[in-house]
Amino acid sequence: MAKKRSVVYPYIPNSVAATRSEMLEKTGVKDVEELYVGIPKKLRFKRPLKLPKPLHSELELKRHVSGILGKNKSCEEHLSFLGAGCYQHHVPSVVDTVINRGEFLTAYSGSNYSDMGRFQVMFEYVSMLTDLVGMEVAGFPMYDGSSSGGTALRICARVTGRPEVLVPETVSPLRMKVIENYCRNSEIKAIHRVSCHPDTGLIDLRDVKAKLTANTAGVYLENPSYLGMIETQGREVADLAHENGSLFAVGVNPMSLGVLAPPGDYGADIVSGDTQPLGVHMNYGGGACGFVAVRDVEEHIAELPALMTSIADLEEGEGFGFTLFAWAERLSYAARENAKEYTGTATALWSTANAVYLALMGPQGMKDIGETILQKSHYAKKLLAEIPDLKMPFPSTHFNEFVVNFDGTGKTVSQINAALLKRKIFGGKDLSEEFPRLGQCALYCVSEIHTAKDLKKLARALKEVIA
Amino acid sequence: MSEETRLRNYHAQVWDEPLLMDKSVKGQRGILVPEAEKEVRDAVGEAKALIPSNMRREQSPDLPEMAQPQVLRHFTRLSQMTMGNDVSNDIGVGTCTMKYSPKVNEALCGMPQMADLHPYQDESTVQGMLEIMYKTRDFLREISGMDEICFQPTSGGQAVYTASSIVRAYHQAKGEGDKRDQVITTMFSHPVDAACPATVGYEVITLMPDKDGYPDFEALKAALSERTAALFITNPEDIGLYNPRIEEFVKLVHSVGGLCFTDQANANGVLGKARAADVGFDMCHFNLHKTFSSPHGGMGPGCGALAVKEHLAKFLPVPVVTKEGKRYGLDYDRPDSIGKVRDFCGNAQVILRTYAWIMSLGAKGLNEVAEIAVLNNNYLERLLLAVPGVTESYGEGKVRLDQIRYSWEKMTADTGVTSEDVERRMTDFGIQAYWLSHHPHVIPEPFTPEPSDSHSKEDIDEWATVMKQISKEAYEEPEKVKSAPHRGITRAVDESAMLLHEECIFTYKKYKKVKAEEK
Amino acid sequence: MKRKVGLIVNPIAGMGGKVGLKGTDGPEILKKAILIGATPESPRRAIRALERLAGLEDALHFFTCPGAMGESELAPSGFDHTVIGSIAPGDTTAEDTERAAREIREAGVELLLFVGGDGTARNIYNAVGDQVPVLGIPAGVKMHSAVFGTTPRNAGELAKLFLQGKAVGTREAEVMDIDEDAFRDQRVSARLYGYLRIPFERRLVQSVKAGAAGQEDTVVRAIALDVVSNMEPDCIYAIGPGTTTREVMRVLDLPNTLLGVDVVLNKSLVASDANEAELLEVIEGKPARIVVTIIGGQGYLFGRGNQQISDRVIERVGRDNIIVIATRAKLFALNGEPMLVDTGNETVNEMLSGYVKVTTGVKEKLVYKVCS
Repeated sequence: MAKKRSVVYPYIPNSVAATRSEMLEKTGVKDVEELYVGIPKKLRFKRPLKLPKPLHSELELKRHVSGILGKNKSCEEHLSFLGAGCYQHHVPSVVDTVINRGEFLTAYSGSNYSDMGRFQVMFEYVSMLTDLVGMEVAGFPMYDGSSSGGTALRICARVTGRPEVLVPETVSPLRMKVIENYCRNSEIKAIHRVSCHPDTGLIDLRDVKAKLTANTAGVYLENPSYLGMIETQGREVADLAHENGSLFAVGVNPMSLGVLAPPGDYGADIVSGDTQPLGVHMNYGGGACGFVAVRDVEEHIAELPALMTSIADLEEGEGFGFTLFAWAERLSYAARENAKEYTGTATALWSTANAVYLALMGPQGMKDIGETILQKSHYAKKLLAEIPDLKMPFPSTHFNEFVVNFDGTGKTVSQINAALLKRKIFGGKDLSEEFPRLGQCALYCVSEIHTAKDLKKLARALKEVIA
Repeated sequence: MSEETRLRNYHAQVWDEPLLMDKSVKGQRGILVPEAEKEVRDAVGEAKALIPSNMRREQSPDLPEMAQPQVLRHFTRLSQMTMGNDVSNDIGVGTCTMKYSPKVNEALCGMPQMADLHPYQDESTVQGMLEIMYKTRDFLREISGMDEICFQPTSGGQAVYTASSIVRAYHQAKGEGDKRDQVITTMFSHPVDAACPATVGYEVITLMPDKDGYPDFEALKAALSERTAALFITNPEDIGLYNPRIEEFVKLVHSVGGLCFTDQANANGVLGKARAADVGFDMCHFNLHKTFSSPHGGMGPGCGALAVKEHLAKFLPVPVVTKEGKRYGLDYDRPDSIGKVRDFCGNAQVILRTYAWIMSLGAKGLNEVAEIAVLNNNYLERLLLAVPGVTESYGEGKVRLDQIRYSWEKMTADTGVTSEDVERRMTDFGIQAYWLSHHPHVIPEPFTPEPSDSHSKEDIDEWATVMKQISKEAYEEPEKVKSAPHRGITRAVDESAMLLHEECIFTYKKYKKVKAEEK
Repeated sequence: MKRKVGLIVNPIAGMGGKVGLKGTDGPEILKKAILIGATPESPRRAIRALERLAGLEDALHFFTCPGAMGESELAPSGFDHTVIGSIAPGDTTAEDTERAAREIREAGVELLLFVGGDGTARNIYNAVGDQVPVLGIPAGVKMHSAVFGTTPRNAGELAKLFLQGKAVGTREAEVMDIDEDAFRDQRVSARLYGYLRIPFERRLVQSVKAGAAGQEDTVVRAIALDVVSNMEPDCIYAIGPGTTTREVMRVLDLPNTLLGVDVVLNKSLVASDANEAELLEVIEGKPARIVVTIIGGQGYLFGRGNQQISDRVIERVGRDNIIVIATRAKLFALNGEPMLVDTGNETVNEMLSGYVKVTTGVKEKLVYKVCS
């Protein structure tokens, strides 16, 4: 029988027997075991780890893993109308090329001297993002849209010293889980839900007024809302909040801001959201890239739990460099009870993607894409509205997503989506458990990638499925 | 004993690249977007009219206008001014476990069946993704000895935050939520081990090291009480010492009813050698973007996989990946769950890379990873202790694991050259700036290298040679080190601004304003 | 435009040390020291510190005193200097030091460097208070004050950073003085004399994974907020001397005795600058707590500068009712050495020894060792 080859690991250069021996000798040790003497014998793991037989050759590994991935159906080959916080848009090739540059992909915590390039990209990302959302200061990106919303609310509490916040009832329940966990045992003692008009889905100003008290630190609004509609009363909410001494925080989809007014224009103090739509693949949710941006107000900046980079002059001569500004308890505002958040690794690579994306798109590109999305999503809504038994419960205008009600069909969204799946279509997200009051509803999302043909295909498929 | 390598005649790429916004040329376009088809336009009209008048964006965002080649060139140049692992010897970036991220894993991540999956797709359409998540879960269960895994956290910090939330939920469920308001950690544990419990409202009590550098056991006794909710401890700590009394620590905290969590950012040297569960810990985490090779991304995205014992599994965030027969699924129906810590399931592409990396190595390979990491570190230790001015802190004569915190204290006292000066000078040799230390700098003039498993003997020799060279310069021509960098990406930056936020300039807009005022 | 720096050298400071004498205050002791063969230490220390300022010759202008009090140390250096005032030939006195310090301050220096010990520090304090930043280059035998660099070289380095405007601020540091006669009789009895403002090296090395260390005054405020928020009704709080404890009084908006003990009940002032007798009286029959911080460069918690909180007071109050507060920076400056107690009572010292939870911020404590 032919002998098995002995293994040398391509990723572990010093595993070569001769190197290992030489290093052991130079270290003055006979066996690597001697180096583990610091771990008590009792705690030593004695048996081999029970793991599958390894695939040492790259060919076998690739075949194996791509075989498993092959069991997935992606939004490339299927027609997807899923949104609800994660969006399918065209990712420019230049974006992928740049973020796959080994230098960016594999950097970490080098200094502003060794990694100036990365710092400059971060500065450029912050500059463009803050302008897009109408704010003035932001830090390194955070985790995702929901935890960013949680941070925005806690900032309101820390700045005002008040313990309660108002949040619309249309915020997604899954987002609320993130926010609630983040606000538990924090500066925030209570989250009050504010109702939205049942016919428009827009926030009910009377309820906002009624719920604003001397304890309200901030009011949070989403625009567009989770259910898709464009909120028109931003200014009114801002005024109500400010008159009450509260702050106004808005969660956005940055993709909409080439055509929609940024929250900075209608009185927001803090803006949060997720920049995944701007040049990041969905990655099954792994593309999430949160942010929190504020105005140039010392008290607010002091509360941003993020690393920040500042441009700086060089000590001598022309030119600029960057410094890292770490969030610190350097201002007295931070010395409040429970005034603690943490920071660290988050989603920097995606912010690089965002920077490249925004640079490619420019102001006109962001306008064009916003318009294309608006037109296509309204076209889709029109097509679906023409299907008998389907209802569009909210006449209010929307950006890329809208709610479709299927009560009239006698079928559940689950059944309809299962049938659509057979036609290689991912139907809109099932809202029936999240918002039972809405009945059998789904959230349909349209992006610039959908052609008129795709939308007609959807309409046709739905007609067939509900028949 | 030390190997001398030839020092590189390195010079960094200095592009003197302007800010993106300064390269804007009116009218240029980087990419075009499809227009809606005629039938669409005819059906719905002008896009502007679809927006309520008070919500139309009036002023264009201040984004640059650039043609595509110019955008590519700008960012490519900036990448050449970044010393990633792919290009530079980053042994110095300790506690971060810089290692090779296999490119085959990047190819796998680029497949549409990974990159173009939507997190809310029907489970039947993502069986491959769920299979990978489930199998990786099993790998980490075996490696940690724990019973259930959560991949939702994006980072080590978020994993520790999740663990903190679980501690809170656990005690609350027992009716002791109010009583147990303190968490204990140690000085050399990672800062998030203090900051995250504080984020969920705990009072944090830090133990100082004893004279040997281990967490002080007597101090633990003094800190424990019926108010103790948990112990959050990094082991081995950043100074590379495995706490020999760790089991006693855990037993003692358990005896007063507290939970024990271990931060395993420093797991690289102990894979397959010691397991958190066997020590008695209730929870632990792994940084998949450190130990398990997913690329660091310049500060993320990563994954802090949280591993817990059975009795805490019910508190984990939703959804949890399940398997029934041959079918994989996502379980959202967990009434005791703390809810969620972030959107969706986590960074799936990071889990994919972890799966592939472990599959390429197997049990023996993981053992090799740990052993080589420890051997590399000890080999480097010999070289560095021979460098004038370098000392080690604590643990005299003790064997270290994957990393060590050294001090330039002696050299600084002798010459006035500081660790920060060295940090700048080393980049002149093409070496990535090293990691000094987490705060606070208990050990003066610190630096913490970590020569992980994918660094070669030649890399290590080169790194030590550079340190030796800089030490020599410090003693013979200190000004050269103090005025570094000389061949780096940038010249000395005026860092006085970073102390006062009002002097910081965070955006281009402000920069232009400040410069205009200066004139 | 050159920056102005002051330099005062106390030529006799430190002479006692090498010949076994504890200090050189007073002409008699000095004579004895010289007879035994003591030689001046200060000039050498001054020069070592000045060496670290090399390279700044074009940027600095020194103001100093005649002869051995500074002129002779600066002469061989490359620094421009102006000699102020005159002193009588022969041995220099405390009055000379004080006068010189006043004159140099009037010349408008940004930093006043001095070479000497606790005695010299006291003189400087008398003359300038906290009007100008001061930094001591250590040369004395008695070094209980916290106003010195750790070594002459480090003092020079710190001065350099400060004068270059590089990332340094100032903070208050204790000036202590030991009762000299008691000292020579083998007894130690220190007094907290006052506070000088010294350069504080705030080199914030950016930590990418956690916030950087906090600014001193912000942290001190956080500590004070924590103490006040945990104050219980109908409980006496004796607030010991120190700058950290002073902030507690500030948060309560009450007048504070920087060098003495103030007593608070239900957030109102009950006694100012209380002595032992007054303390014993006010805590009689009531629940009471003591709030103390480390005093001086040696890390004393009790016994150096807060003797009013005597062994009897401590016994009455009880170990568990002692709240220790300090910034982490101050604790780390002890370099791993324990905090010290010296109440004069062995039993009480024993009781206080062990581990204590030091409040270092809001809901933040550090377990630190205490020894007698």
